Amino acid sequence: MFDKTEVTLDELRHLVSSRALEGDTVLLNMGPQHPSTHGVLRLLLELDGEVVINVIPDIGFLHTGIEKNMEAKTYEKAAVMTDRLDYLNNLGNNLVYCLAIEKLVDLDVPERAQVLRVLMVELQRISSHLVWLGTHALDLAAMSVFLYTFREREKILDIIEMCSGQRMMATYFRPGGLWRDVPEEFEAAVRDFLKIFPPRIDEYEALLTKNPLFLERTKNIGVLSSEDALRWGITGPILRASNVAHDLRKAQPYSGYEQYEFDIPTHTDGDTYARYVVRMEEMRQSVRIVQQALDRLPGGPVRSNNRKYVPPPRSELGVSMEALIHHFKLWTEGFPVPKEGVYVAVESPRGELGLYLEGDGGPHPYRAYWRTPSFVNLQILPLLSKGHLVADLVALIGTIDIVLGDVDR
Amino acid sequence: MSEHVLETAKSIQGRFGVESREFRGDVSLVVPPDQIVQVCQTLRDEFGFNLLAGQTAVDYWPAQEPRFHVIYQLYSMPHSVRIGLRVPVNGNAPSLPTVETVFPNANWLEREIWDMFGIRFAGHSDMRRILMPYDWEGHPLRKDYPLGYEEVQYTFNYDEIDGRKHYAKE
Repeated sequence: MFDKTEVTLDELRHLVSSRALEGDTVLLNMGPQHPSTHGVLRLLLELDGEVVINVIPDIGFLHTGIEKNMEAKTYEKAAVMTDRLDYLNNLGNNLVYCLAIEKLVDLDVPERAQVLRVLMVELQRISSHLVWLGTHALDLAAMSVFLYTFREREKILDIIEMCSGQRMMATYFRPGGLWRDVPEEFEAAVRDFLKIFPPRIDEYEALLTKNPLFLERTKNIGVLSSEDALRWGITGPILRASNVAHDLRKAQPYSGYEQYEFDIPTHTDGDTYARYVVRMEEMRQSVRIVQQALDRLPGGPVRSNNRKYVPPPRSELGVSMEALIHHFKLWTEGFPVPKEGVYVAVESPRGELGLYLEGDGGPHPYRAYWRTPSFVNLQILPLLSKGHLVADLVALIGTIDIVLGDVDR
Repeated sequence: MSEHVLETAKSIQGRFGVESREFRGDVSLVVPPDQIVQVCQTLRDEFGFNLLAGQTAVDYWPAQEPRFHVIYQLYSMPHSVRIGLRVPVNGNAPSLPTVETVFPNANWLEREIWDMFGIRFAGHSDMRRILMPYDWEGHPLRKDYPLGYEEVQYTFNYDEIDGRKHYAKE
């Protein structure tokens, strides 16, 4: 049925320059098992001495077929798989998945759930940026930053665990709201974090911002112009560091982001240092949003009362026949979704995280396409790294902030 | 919903004679394969849709003809609006023109569609598989591609199924 296509060496010749064919430059393999590729990314380098002539990324080592698997699950069950895409931003993945279903079936979300979603996603953004900062500095031989950032990240993971029971694969957001309400000690824990965290950002900045070694490794490395960034469809902090103030939280507000006060940090240089500055400032802005969300947190339910899509609480099952039927139907069969497709996008720590979700009138997604920011952003690596040293390539992989689970899906 | 999308849809409809659809405020245009490059070019240059946000395909086999819809999601930064394009293509080995010349980031997105659906893009600079191994057979996101469950072995067909399994035999 399928015709097997063998890849011949001739088909690969267009990837390298003519100098490689004459033996003028060296082809070198980097990865997939390499500590600075942040996962299993394989790069084929064409080198002239230590200077990078071309980079050919080879991805797919972490491909798990999540899109295909989702087609065999009900909507409620497929939510669990969304965490496994970008494992540093799992709540953001939950959010875009829930938003897509809520748009498809026109489901309401209570105000308290909206505010808690924003709060949790912003905490997650901070934790994701902390992992980026730690590993990026580690790639540039600044070991201690990593230890500091993971200390604070642990506090955020504790908060997420307190709410969902899981540190990383939370699946805390469900269609129509949240899995359950936050515990009593939640507010104190977040307030405690908000108190200690802003001085800690100053601490990281004291280690890096004016550090001559760090400046040497990041200034004028991988300069990306705003035109190139737009042509290549780059989103997120990389685009903002190239002086384009684009943020989906402002441009197409979702989950009530229009009610919060925050700025979009930008930078004019477009180099690795600019991207560092933008992400540091984003953490401060996220702290502002978390603070506002906590102050205005309303009471009330955290999940929609629409029983056609949301299972009834345990307490109703013993006293209401109706509730028992809904419970049974939702957990065995699932809920039907109209035969239409929607595209929903949110601002993840890495850029535009989009989901095209299409139903077929039944309880299974007909097609779920994840537009992941890392996949699109990784495409500019060859453009950024041309003419730089191999050592700078390591800084550039770090500055794009890829998560291989997000790239390969 | 923004007026810019409606105006754009109306204008493109008038110029290219394409069909327009709407669902919960999302507008999408059904474009024939031979016009997709011009439509993308026009949307980018005249209507400010400067970002190809995503590109994918859906397989409607066996229920519908044409079998595949290739979907483009364009985003306009000046207007903060989205528009979708759907290109129906048919057959077991379909092909349509690449939009790489208009949006360079279509390079990997189209490679992924080739890898997952077996839809070729004419004029693409690097039409190789991207996620699956280079010698993989088949295109996993097609609806006639099995999910890969373990076959149940009974006494009457044990050896037959065992012969198909991928493990080292002595």
